Formats: sequence, C-alpha cells, structure tokens
Amino acid sequence: MSGTFLGMPALPVYGHGNLNATEPFPKAAHRELGNAQLRANLGHATRTIRDKRLHVVSELPDWEDMRDAGSAIKNATMANLPALLEQFEANFTARGGIIHWARDAQEANQVVTELIQATGETEVVKVKSMATQEIGLNEYLQEQGIAAFETDLAELIVQLDRDLPSHILVPAIHKNRSQIREIFLREMEDVDPELTNEPARLAEAARRHLRRKFLTAKVAVSGANFGLADTGTLAVVESEGNGRMCLTLPETLITVMGIEKLLPSWRDLEVFMQLLPRSSTGERMNPYTSLWTGTTPGDGPQNVHLVLLDNGRTAALADELGRTALNCIRCSACMNVCPVYERTGGHAYGSTYPGPIGAILSPLMTGIKSEENNSLPYASSLCGACFDACPVKINIPEILVHLRGVDVDSQRSKVKVPSQMDLMMKGAEWAFSDGAHLNLLEKGLPVGRLAAGRDKVIKKLPGLAGKWTQSRDIPAPPGQSFRQWWAKEHGAADGVEPSVGDQQSEGKQSEGEQA
Amino acid sequence: MKIALFATCIVDAMYPRTARATVSILERLGHEVVFPPGQACCGQMHVNSGYFKEAHPVVANHVKAFDTDDYDVAVAPSASCVASVKHQHELVARRCGDAALEARAAVVGAKTYELSQLLTDVLGVTNAAEQLGSHFPHTVTYHPSCHGMRLLRLGDRQLNLLASVDGIEMVELPEADQCCGFGGTFSMKNADVSSAMMEDKAANICGTGAELCSGGDASCLMHIGGGLSRQGSAVGTLHFAEILASTLDNPVTVAGDVQLAGGRR
Repeated sequence: MSGTFLGMPALPVYGHGNLNATEPFPKAAHRELGNAQLRANLGHATRTIRDKRLHVVSELPDWEDMRDAGSAIKNATMANLPALLEQFEANFTARGGIIHWARDAQEANQVVTELIQATGETEVVKVKSMATQEIGLNEYLQEQGIAAFETDLAELIVQLDRDLPSHILVPAIHKNRSQIREIFLREMEDVDPELTNEPARLAEAARRHLRRKFLTAKVAVSGANFGLADTGTLAVVESEGNGRMCLTLPETLITVMGIEKLLPSWRDLEVFMQLLPRSSTGERMNPYTSLWTGTTPGDGPQNVHLVLLDNGRTAALADELGRTALNCIRCSACMNVCPVYERTGGHAYGSTYPGPIGAILSPLMTGIKSEENNSLPYASSLCGACFDACPVKINIPEILVHLRGVDVDSQRSKVKVPSQMDLMMKGAEWAFSDGAHLNLLEKGLPVGRLAAGRDKVIKKLPGLAGKWTQSRDIPAPPGQSFRQWWAKEHGAADGVEPSVGDQQSEGKQSEGEQA
Repeated sequence: MKIALFATCIVDAMYPRTARATVSILERLGHEVVFPPGQACCGQMHVNSGYFKEAHPVVANHVKAFDTDDYDVAVAPSASCVASVKHQHELVARRCGDAALEARAAVVGAKTYELSQLLTDVLGVTNAAEQLGSHFPHTVTYHPSCHGMRLLRLGDRQLNLLASVDGIEMVELPEADQCCGFGGTFSMKNADVSSAMMEDKAANICGTGAELCSGGDASCLMHIGGGLSRQGSAVGTLHFAEILASTLDNPVTVAGDVQLAGGRR
C-alpha cells in the first residue's frame, strides 16, 4: 500500500548516545556491589532523601489528587504532542527565540556546536542537564575544541574527577566529602591548599571557582524542566542559583530539551511546581525557578535558542504500553526508594537514566536490541516502591514486565539454542497448566528429601538454580504435597490419587522439636 | 459459606502445612472448604519473567478450575498469587488475544481473596485468640511482603491478626517495608543484588531478637529463611496462617515436615 520514498527516515528512529549500557546489568551490578564505600554513601544518602520526601508529601492532604492531576496532564500532553510542539514553536519564535529540531543525538550535538562556533567563543558554562548528558554534548564539544564547564556543584565534582553522574538529582551521590576535598585539591586551579572537608568550606571553594566562570562566559548551555506550549516559555528548576547565573548573564543561551518536557499551559505549572520539589529534594519549594520567554531587549541573553530533541522519544511514544514512561519529570523519587538502585548505584545501569525509570526509559528509547539494554528491564524485584513514589504515577513495574515480554518475544524470533530459562519456563508451563501434571511431579518430592540429607536442607543445586544456592539454602521438601494429603482426606479427586507413604497423621502437626 | 482453597503451587509442593493451616482456620470458623482439583499455579512466574505465551495455558487452567458457581469465595495464603489472579490474568488474556478468557478471569479475580483479607473483611475475625483459639507463645517479628503491601493494600491486616494471638510477643522489624530481594526469577537472574537485599533483611530480622519472622508469602519466607539458614542463624520463618492455626492443645512446632531455616535448635 505505502511506497518507499528515498530520503524518508526509517521509523521508529531509536535514540543513541549515553543510553546504551556497555555490559549486562548483572555483570555491572556485581562489580558495583563490591564497592563498600559506594554502598555506604548511597545507603545513607537515599535514606536521608527518602525520609525528607515522605515528610513533605505526608503534610499535603491532596497529594494523591495532585499525582492524579500530574498524570492526567502528562497523558494529555503525550496524546496531543505534535500539535503542542507546533504551538510551542509558534509562541517561542514570536517572542524572539529560535527553534531547532534534532532527530537524534548527532543532530543535536551538531546544532549546538554550530551555534557556539557562530559566536566565536571556545568556552561555555552549563546548567545541569540530563538531555545534554544523554547526547554526550560535553565530549562532543571537547572534540571540536570547545570547553564546557558544569556549574552545578555535584556536576562540577563529577566533571573534575572525570567521572560520570550516578544519580539524576545528586550526580555525585556516590562521593563523600573527604573524596570531594581530594578532587578539589587535585583538580581545581587556585584552590586553597588548606581546604578542609567541611561542607561550608567545600562550597566556598566551588563558589569562588565558579564565580570567575559566570562573570566571563558569553555563552551558556542549559536543559529545561518544562516547556509551556501556550506561552512559549521555558523553565529551569534548581537549588543552587548557578542556573539563574547561566540563564541571565551570558549573551547567548542555548537550551536542549526533550520533546516530552512540554506542558500544555502555564497554568499546569501550579501542579508540577508542587509535585517536583517535594518528590525530588524533599523540599516544599525549590530555591530558584527561572522562566524565560524568548528575548527581552536590554535584559538577559539576546540570542536565545532551543534544540528540541527526539532521540528515541517518538519510538517510546509508539509503544502503547510503555509510552507513559515519557511522563517522567526526572524527579528521581523512584531511584531513592529502589532497593536495587540503592545497592548498585547509577553506573550499573550504563545509561544517563538510572534506577527504575532508567530500566524502562533507556530500552524504550534505544529499542531492546543489544544484550546490554535488554538486561535492564530485569533489574528489578518488582517490589513496587517506585510506582508508589512516582509523582506522575508511572506504573513502572507493569512496564518492566511488558518490556520483559518484548525481550522474550524478540528472542523467540532468533534461531538459537534455548536458554536454561527458556527450558525452565517450558517445563513449568507443562507442570502448571494442569493439576494432574503438577500432581505427577509432586510424587517426586520424596526424592528431594533424600537430596537434602540429614540436616534437611539443600545447599547446592546445578545450573541456573545454583544462582539461588550461592547464598541461600532450600528446605527439604515435604513427604507429600498438600493435594495428596487432601485427596487422602476427602477421597480421590480428578487426577489426584492418594499417595503411598503418607507420613502425616490427621489434624496433627508433624513431629519436630519445639522452638 | 463455601470457600474454595487456592493452595498455590509453592505451598502445595513445598509448604503443605500452610495450606492445611488455612483449611483448619476456616473450618474452625464453621465454613466449608473445597479444593478445586484442576488447580496448579497462578502463572506469575511466567508473567513476571516475560513469558506471556507460556503463561497463557497456566492462566487458562487456573480460570477453568475456579470458574464455577460451586463456591462463594476463593482464598489463597499468598498475597502475590492473589495479586496475580486479580491483576495479571486479564492482562495475559488480552496480550494473547483471548477475549473469552479475559472476561472469565475478571469474574474469578473478583471472587478471590488473600487469607488475611478474607478473615478481616469478610469473615469478621478481629481477635484470633478469641475467635480461633490461636495460641503461640513465641517472640515473632513480621515482614510485610511487597505485593501484599503495594498491590493488594493489605495494610496491617496480617500484623493485626498475629498481634491478637494468645501468648505471642510481636517485635517490630526495622525497615520492614524494604523488599527482601526474592522477586521470583530475579533471585536467579540478578542473584548478587537479590542476595545483598536478602542479607540486609536477614540482618534486620536477627537484630530484633525474635525467634521467628512471619509473613504472608511462602516464596518470600523461603527466600529469607534460606538466607538465614545459610548464615547458620537459628531464626526461622513461618507463615502467619500456621501461627493462627496453632492452639494450646495442638501447638505448631517450629521445626517439622518442612524444615524452617536454621533448625539448629
């Protein structure tokens, strides 16, 4: 029916950049779990943020209504995204801003580079931005001979240490103050050699260092928390004021924003300015909220650009069951309550977006095609803490399970030797699809008792099950199953015969020692 | 009323005492218990591992076994299996394009209760000592399993039932709402993370000084108990149904047919 047109992009366009893990999650997790310092830092930090969030959320009587509102506004945005993007473009342009559309990371990086080169500058200051981290902008600019200086304190720490952020909100959550002091002493020019590890002294050293950058920079690069379609306004929500500096002092301001960050109207901010700070930092209100609409003669940046980034977002939008992942407002509440994230840290996820939201967002944006990203949806015990914490009610566990299904189905289409898991599931399908089958298998339970031996526990199993017994015993199975006991008590039912060798006496608990 | 017992595969095969305790509690209250013989498993392991195609016949079997007017309500001593019956069965049917199964799964799901839900909300049990004769003179801590807490919203139902047992001493578990790390096949696919979570849970349990950790999900209790056992701890795990079933004349023993963790008493 439809012809092929030369020059049409293949659909869906998947994202690339810092979204792909380079190794399977279990392998990365194994390495990170070995880092005792990381676990201690993460455990302490996430617990602190968790408690703060609970406190400020519980004091709002309409918190659940607010979550419903946030979810509904975001769903409406996604359902109407093309029209809203065009409305935003019209309003932003009318107020003097310039819009650039970027299909993927490569296009976005090129646009930003050309805009900087047009100013003749070789240094830019940056406001913390997930989108620019996602496309690897800093590294790209470096290759083009442009130095990008992060101005958020935690981003600065991570950048000076040539490390990667491990948390959306607290990029240096994996470092403690002694480590930070060492990084400053080693990497910061003009640092006070007497620097101690007191937070106030560390912050002062960073402030002096950054102040020089703010006052000399001609170009700033930022992300955005929200884009308001009905006015063409951009918003950045932050705590330190470095954002305010970057957004107001330079002559040229270049913003990179994912297309899903839109809200239909200015009024919608009312909901999100309550949801975001409380979920994110556990504050009733964040210290700095900067909003800008195009340009104003004689006030603030005179060259204002916005790069609208797809990079796999429309691919995620095309997934009917997974698309609500795009509702994410990057508050990080899900990772602060996630028992898996708390133990592995963000690096194990191999993507800009770690934690529960990253485990669904990264594969949705890149497609489940590499062995690495297809391991992400399994990085969860499905405990559900993330769903309860999410301010826009993204049902992360349900999407995780959906993506596991996509992965399993995509493996089916490949000609391959069935994995142990495949065989286990196939066997369990037979066993669990008929009571008589399960009954037949359960007749083998006494064999398990033999395997357990005298201390009545099984300590080592072969193959995949050996992953269980590496740290846990399995109790010896009973002499007979419940259904065998029942059949004996109540007469044989279909497919269930009373088993011989029943050791149980009616109504009595079996023999054993008293606790 | 007439109550159909859904034993669940793990309880049927590994913890028959939990199912027998459930029968005993319900009969003590004067209800008739039936056991639909075709039943096997809720299919949750398949669903949560992404094997929807293989889950389809498992779900169909469960619905076939329970889609009768032969009973008033169905009950299972397992929150995660009930959550699967109530929330996942329709999803599986829909994903496999089986509209007839989807409709019948909804009917079965609506009639299915977790044990503490049934006891508290339907059968009006508020005091286990008085209404069931429950007697269990031990120090017990309690782990609320994730699916009971977050998918079924059981709240304190299990805890309150336990606390009303004669002779019991309940001690609070720190960080009780943290997952024990079981997560079905997660415990094998991500064994390292799962073990790290289990070890923290085990440490919190041991720190309470309780003799036992109780809960409402056999699989989570098997995970926690298996970890405690491997660490050589004498602390065991025991389903709350067995504690409710325990009486002065017929006390539950804390080691027996299925060995609890440790057992080195």
